[in-house]
Amino acid sequence: MSGQSSSTEYLNKPLPLITRSIGWGLLLLGAVCYVLGYLVDVRHAAFVHVVNFLFLTSIGVGALFLIALEYIAGAVWSVPMRRVNEFLAALIPIAALMGLLLFFHLHDLFPWVNAEAVAHDATLKMKEPYLNVNFFTLRFVVIFGLWTVFFYLFTRNSLKQDIDKDQKHTRFNIGLAAAFMPVFAIGLTVIAIDWAMSLEPLWYSTIYGVYYFSGIVLAGVAAATYIIVKLHEHGYFPQLRRDHFYSLGTLMFVFINFWAYIAFSQFLLVWYANMPEETYWFIDRWKNGWEYVSVLLIVVHFAVPYFMLLSQDSKMDLKRLKFISIWVLFAHMLDLYWLVMPSFSTSPVLSWMEMSFPLLTIGLVVVIFSWKMKRQNLIPLGDPKLGRGLEFRL
Amino acid sequence: MMQNPLYSITALFDLPDEIIHAADKTSKAGYTRYDVHSPYPVHGMDHAMRLNTSKIGYFAFAFGLLGALCAVTFISWVTISDYPLVIGGKPFWSWPAFVPVSFEVTVLFASVLSTLAMIVLYFKFPNNAHPLHDTHYMKQVSSDKFGLSIQAEDPKFDEKLIKEFLKTIGGKEITSIYFEPEELSHGQKLFDLKFIGVLLVVALTVSASTYFTLNKLMYMQPFNWMMVQNKLKAQQASGLFRDGIGMRPPVEGTVARGFIPYAFKGKPEDAGTYLVDPLLPTKEVLDRGKSKYLTFCSPCHGNFARGDSRLQGQFPNPPTLHSDKVRSWPDGRIYHVITEGQNAMPSYTPQISPENRWAIINYIRVLQRAQNAKESDLK
Repeated sequence: MSGQSSSTEYLNKPLPLITRSIGWGLLLLGAVCYVLGYLVDVRHAAFVHVVNFLFLTSIGVGALFLIALEYIAGAVWSVPMRRVNEFLAALIPIAALMGLLLFFHLHDLFPWVNAEAVAHDATLKMKEPYLNVNFFTLRFVVIFGLWTVFFYLFTRNSLKQDIDKDQKHTRFNIGLAAAFMPVFAIGLTVIAIDWAMSLEPLWYSTIYGVYYFSGIVLAGVAAATYIIVKLHEHGYFPQLRRDHFYSLGTLMFVFINFWAYIAFSQFLLVWYANMPEETYWFIDRWKNGWEYVSVLLIVVHFAVPYFMLLSQDSKMDLKRLKFISIWVLFAHMLDLYWLVMPSFSTSPVLSWMEMSFPLLTIGLVVVIFSWKMKRQNLIPLGDPKLGRGLEFRL
Repeated sequence: MMQNPLYSITALFDLPDEIIHAADKTSKAGYTRYDVHSPYPVHGMDHAMRLNTSKIGYFAFAFGLLGALCAVTFISWVTISDYPLVIGGKPFWSWPAFVPVSFEVTVLFASVLSTLAMIVLYFKFPNNAHPLHDTHYMKQVSSDKFGLSIQAEDPKFDEKLIKEFLKTIGGKEITSIYFEPEELSHGQKLFDLKFIGVLLVVALTVSASTYFTLNKLMYMQPFNWMMVQNKLKAQQASGLFRDGIGMRPPVEGTVARGFIPYAFKGKPEDAGTYLVDPLLPTKEVLDRGKSKYLTFCSPCHGNFARGDSRLQGQFPNPPTLHSDKVRSWPDGRIYHVITEGQNAMPSYTPQISPENRWAIINYIRVLQRAQNAKESDLK
């Protein structure tokens, strides 16, 4: 098979030094900005930190979801690019670390941590069995623990298969994927409710988990697409062709639509019922300048990428795919900003913190890739579906 | 048969992989006018046949826009001007409520119309004759074989060479397909008068029979909670009578049952003289009189006819019925007061039937006797 004959070439092809240095530079710069941010304004920094923590989680868990989806659906086209998702999923334990740092600032973030506030509010008191620090911590640890275990098992089996070419690893991973799906679904719902929705603990939306899910998968696909196209342009994935890129573009297009569908569904129900305990959350995002952010979100997260990816040719256009995937990642960041930041400030804030904290994320991704690509093969050589994946045609 | 022109040379293949390679080789050999038939879509065929990307997507987009436009315009017209209803206190033009419906209409238009466009553009609908129809080849490729057919209009066409070529790439059952000239028509027949005529007839027949079936043949009245009944209501016209009036006046010189006119209108003394109580003071009569008295009379005259009810002070005070005047009145005189009213007291004709009036008078007599008992009563 053609994939196997050219295998050794990938093993010895790490990222160029300049990319690695840029990665480390961004990582350090981001870390310095974090420290400075916390020195200047703890509360503000903590909120931006939540946005970035959720963003990192989105990419990592989204990538892990795509791996599981490939196994469980028996997908063929994505096999040659699966390693990119496996590398990206390494962000999960790092996101967990970033989340752990936030436990020092729970008091700044969540109103329900404040015992006095809980004592004076009947609703908060009612929600106390769920919204208390002990259970919150337990949920965080269990979910990220499980996700990390799944990440470890998936990638370990995949790497083992490179050497022994044994199909039993694929079979095991299919079962693992089936087990992962409920853990993924419940876990991301809980994380979304805990870290974003409970910032305003009196408000609730039953579709919130699905809303975050649409963002997660979108972020995962966009990050993977950008990296795959970029690597392809620099000769790392020579066998990929427009059929593969078209599939990536379609997946991204699907989830752009899915996000809009879910976001609008959430709005429509609240708008229809018109109950004050639900509407205030949207009203908060429709005054004091937040209305501009809301409109911007619709344009950036739906209208622009929708029309840019609508035609068949645009999904195969590498330049456009690269542009759109970066655009979509920015849109997901904006989405999280829109979800989280109104709890921090009644009018939109844009300081150097919002601008500089994502540098850490970009740096992390580059560093992970340079580290992993030195040690691991970029193409899963032992996968039985690899040949068909490389031959994939629409 | 042999004088019919040649349409194409066909070959059958067993596996999807074979047909992909066959199509690839046919393209490489430089043939352009050929087609592939398979029982299901085969991945990679577009590339193997060197086809351009389909243009049908642009049609779908245009039809989708049309659908969205239709839906939004229609809903807006209905909610703003045709039938404005306030729903949940929201403005008439509440666009978020329109989005789900408009979305569905968009999808409906895009899918149905682009399917139609595909049939018209690629299969030349309504022209449905094709040389390959009713051939052994078509029977095979629509069940479990994969077929390739190189057409005679290909610039490189040479019957012998092509038969050789198809054999080398692994084709089986290589056959030449002939056709009758009228089977092959590349002209657009969508605006053909005959087609439009048939379409019109079909549309008219379907809508007429639908109308007839639903409105005449099996029409069922929607359940209207008995609001519509087969009877005349007050003031309604009636076709039964020549003057068209539904409400009939009584026949001249007759009196409706229970509506005998009062003979002593404005003549209280005559009433006292000539009217006689028809009832005997039995227990039943007195019970009835008590019940009616407590219902109609006691609110003003008081439970014991002393003129001391709870309305005391709010009106000209109602008189006691124990006065010498009332006690000395004959029964007919009291009957007259109940019938016609007196001073502030209105007529009780509509409320109390004549028989009940007499029963009440009997009860009043009992009350009077109870207040002013004779000496013999006490023994």
